Amino acid sequence: MVIHFTNARLVDATRDAPGALLIVDRQIAWVGAGEVPSHACTVDCGGRMLAPALIDGGVFSADAPACLAGGIASVVLMPDGSPPLDEPALIEFARAHVKPHIWVHPLAAATRALAGAELAEIGLCKAAGAVGVATGRTAIADAGVMFRLLQYASAFDMVVVSHAENASLVGDAVATEGEFATRMGLPAAPAFAEAMAVARDLRLAEAAGARLHFRQVTTAESLDLIRTAKARGQRVTCGVTPAHFLLNEQAVSGYRTFARVSPPLRHEDDRKAVIEALADGTIDVIASGHDPRSQEDKRLPFADAEPGMVGAETLLALSATLVRDERVSWCGLLAMLAANPARIFGLPGGRLDAGAPADLIMVDAGAPWRIDADRLQATAGNTPFDGLPTQGRVLMTIKGGEVLWEL
Amino acid sequence: MTAPPAATPPHLSGHHPFPHHHLLGIGELHPHEIAWLLDEAEGWIAVNRARRKHDDRLAGLTLINAFFENSTRTLLSFEIAGKRLGADVVNMGVGSSSVKKGETLLDTALTLNAMHPDMLVIRHASSGAVQLIAEKVDCPVLNAGDGRHEHPTQALLDALTIRRRKSGIDGLTVAICGDILHSRVARSNFQLLGSMGAKVRAVAPPTLLASDLDRLGVETFTDMDAGLDGADVVMMLRLQRERMSGGYVPSPREYFHYYGLTRARLAACKPDVLVMHPGPMNRGVEIDSAVADDITRSGVTEQVEMGVAVRMACLDVLTRSRRGVAGW
Repeated sequence: MVIHFTNARLVDATRDAPGALLIVDRQIAWVGAGEVPSHACTVDCGGRMLAPALIDGGVFSADAPACLAGGIASVVLMPDGSPPLDEPALIEFARAHVKPHIWVHPLAAATRALAGAELAEIGLCKAAGAVGVATGRTAIADAGVMFRLLQYASAFDMVVVSHAENASLVGDAVATEGEFATRMGLPAAPAFAEAMAVARDLRLAEAAGARLHFRQVTTAESLDLIRTAKARGQRVTCGVTPAHFLLNEQAVSGYRTFARVSPPLRHEDDRKAVIEALADGTIDVIASGHDPRSQEDKRLPFADAEPGMVGAETLLALSATLVRDERVSWCGLLAMLAANPARIFGLPGGRLDAGAPADLIMVDAGAPWRIDADRLQATAGNTPFDGLPTQGRVLMTIKGGEVLWEL
Repeated sequence: MTAPPAATPPHLSGHHPFPHHHLLGIGELHPHEIAWLLDEAEGWIAVNRARRKHDDRLAGLTLINAFFENSTRTLLSFEIAGKRLGADVVNMGVGSSSVKKGETLLDTALTLNAMHPDMLVIRHASSGAVQLIAEKVDCPVLNAGDGRHEHPTQALLDALTIRRRKSGIDGLTVAICGDILHSRVARSNFQLLGSMGAKVRAVAPPTLLASDLDRLGVETFTDMDAGLDGADVVMMLRLQRERMSGGYVPSPREYFHYYGLTRARLAACKPDVLVMHPGPMNRGVEIDSAVADDITRSGVTEQVEMGVAVRMACLDVLTRSRRGVAGW
């Protein structure tokens, strides 16, 4: 398939300019201007944005329909499946089972059954296609195990994705300690439980010479630690999901279990600190954390409900609020949604470059729409953003040169 | 269901005295609504003390006490309150519930709802669970305790006890002592007593205090003697056994030494101090027997008595709309 996109606004991490683009079969042939074969189909973008398809830097479910509707062609899959992705055969299965709709790049479970005790076969998992190794939804409580994991993973040059919450301080907490949790009577953990985990893992990774990525960093204190470590030159990156820069703990009022996420929503000061860190480049990745949950997991008393929210389809629109608020540029946003996750996990794509995979999205950056949980493509509707008017819509998702989704 | 216009509508300065369908927490009540509820409860005390303790206003109505967490005293209190008002009272305890068989809470709620109760009284170990059920059923729901969140009838009965003993709440200094962190009784009382004008203190070791209590208008003390200084009312909270042995405090012995209410400690309070406890008491852990049994100061048995009156008032008020009482 040869497609010639004309009259486009070409946007990626390093460019935002009008132009044309040609894809031949599964690759981008040229960007900007170039020779057009006579048999090319032409798509007139009408001035709309043409960007690399998003690379979601952390999902719990490879939910292809939701991803394609959200402009996501590649996902980095967390190992918290049932069973956990702790051996090579499971990695191979995870990569293959939603083909050809989206690219699935699994992370290997750091420890057997994610129990936090014995190292999993991460070398063989890498050979089977794992793009990194992750501790899962919780941190590894034992510092000795975490240290050995970081040492061992460094030999395979695998990035270690850590969950930044001190497990023993968190216990059974479902909220951030403070006035709000006290009033609600919810088991709560102090926000510094995150900074403690970040400080420990930074130190261990430095000693082990390992690459470290925190999937979600959500407090001012831990963002400061990462900012300082980056300034020192340490190989550390971090991410966040839109919930933590758009919502604070008040979203939980009325015991709304759709706003139960892990780590829990934070105070307003921390939410603002996350936005600062997105603006100054401390945060590298905005991921959806896509985690469809059935009614049985969510229609429960707050502390009994499972954490998690769906986010694939709303990732771009919710993240684009940062552009409208003039905190980041479109280039900066596409870096966090595509180029940076590609770099961290060693994936192809994420940029509009000749020779890159033909994974593209066409976006109407100004299109207003309202998030409607009942009409999402996702396998469940557990979003705290139901009913929110938003702006920026994916009109077309192309993966491997094929149009797989069109609004 | 709409009631005919009343000849003399029970209005307080142009407002409905209790515009709530459910009673889920003190947090949703205004001070004048609390005062009005206490007045209503006041009226039931004499009935409870009479030889024939019966009033049939709830005859024909079904009251289900659904207790998903163990309780003896509160369940008994609600059962007696319902029966004295003439309701058909059915108790569902945690042992007999289908929750053990894997049924979800909402399925249980819908099952109960399908039996057309006129009033549901619910206790559950999770904060917010009672509100969750209230959103799914047709009848009024009364929260008999949800997790660490609220226990409104306990706070109301405490307030009634204080009001009768001290002829008012405004301006009193109330020290609430013990396991504040895990206590719904403390949370409901902070709000109720604070909104009625009392100065509220929380006294506990730091491991048993909740965070940011100052934002709730509560002054915190980790020194018991300082916390009791000049107090008009001392409210002791029960310390659960599993928290006594190293989890939150080192031992019952050490806890009693520093936070147990003794005669010597009471000397720091006002001479006419009122001692309260929501029960059941751990004698020798949070309270000394000599204090618990001091009938001039202890309001513990009166609290139990007021509990029935308060619950009768709540059941009466919450079912008025269903019963077609004029003005409701």
